[in-house]
Amino acid sequence: MKRLLAILLFAFALALSAAAFAIDPLPFKDNAQRDRFQHLTSELRCMVCQDESLLASNADFAKQLRRQIFDMMQRGKSDKEIKDWLVERYSTFILYDPPLAPSTIALWFGTPVILLAGGVVVAVLLRRRTRPASAIAEDTGDDW
Amino acid sequence: MNEVARKPVGRFVPVIVFAALVAFFVIGLVWNQTHDARFVPSPLIDKPAPEFRLPRLEQPTQFVTKTDMLGKPYLLNVFASWCFACGDEHPVLMAYRDKFGIPLVGYDYKDAPQDARAWLDRHGNPYHEVITDQSGETAINFGVYGAPETYLIDAKGIIRYKHIGPLTPDVIAKELEPKIRALDQEGST
Repeated sequence: MKRLLAILLFAFALALSAAAFAIDPLPFKDNAQRDRFQHLTSELRCMVCQDESLLASNADFAKQLRRQIFDMMQRGKSDKEIKDWLVERYSTFILYDPPLAPSTIALWFGTPVILLAGGVVVAVLLRRRTRPASAIAEDTGDDW
Repeated sequence: MNEVARKPVGRFVPVIVFAALVAFFVIGLVWNQTHDARFVPSPLIDKPAPEFRLPRLEQPTQFVTKTDMLGKPYLLNVFASWCFACGDEHPVLMAYRDKFGIPLVGYDYKDAPQDARAWLDRHGNPYHEVITDQSGETAINFGVYGAPETYLIDAKGIIRYKHIGPLTPDVIAKELEPKIRALDQEGST
């Protein structure tokens, strides 16, 4: 049993490392730059894959854009400049974090508004439920 | 009893809420069936096409630039020999190449030139001109992310229309041809 567990763990670790090294090696200047790169590409959508980030995807498209983003970072471009550059070409769909725009108002405020509306409905229902109860209590009080 | 009699509408609130949820669900299902979220409108519409300088498929030592193409509208069709949907689109292009009334330029995307040549030899060449982008670097500037894609570029080099996915007779009749006709009218006035 223990042995089986060890084998399973080993297989799992192997699978994890395979996933980690599926990404093409890029010559980063330092760890900070690599972290920045990984954070940035994790926030960008691989346009050709279903629900995968540019960081995670092994698609040719993602590899090429990773290379492009890496090059732009070497040229001293900021995250915002890189994102703007991508949005110019691929629209805001490439951003996982959608910007606040007329087309995304429902997305940003829809949930709080529905939550608020639900809260109002609950409050109204509760009030209605307690009012007749107190009326009944008064009635019975009179009878007693 | 008293309570119910006082506000009969209240009883139906859960039913109404449930019906609203069902409606959302159905709308979402139908929407997803008819819309592919990946087919986003290109932000490049009505903007100048990016500069390019790409070799011809037939004469790789000769380059075609955006400036060369100015002066007349044309269609730029992104394809590749490895692209499955391009095979579906191909007969449509063969049938319509002379009906568009403007040149159809092939944009061979991330493809080995010999593969593209073999593909066109085997299926027939619908293009008036084919340019190749082996690295796919220029295609990034066009916002290409999947072949086939078709751009309508006007005489001033402005992208007027883009279709992602294979062109079909339906798409051509409903979207592309009206756009081309609109360009004709602009040109004559």
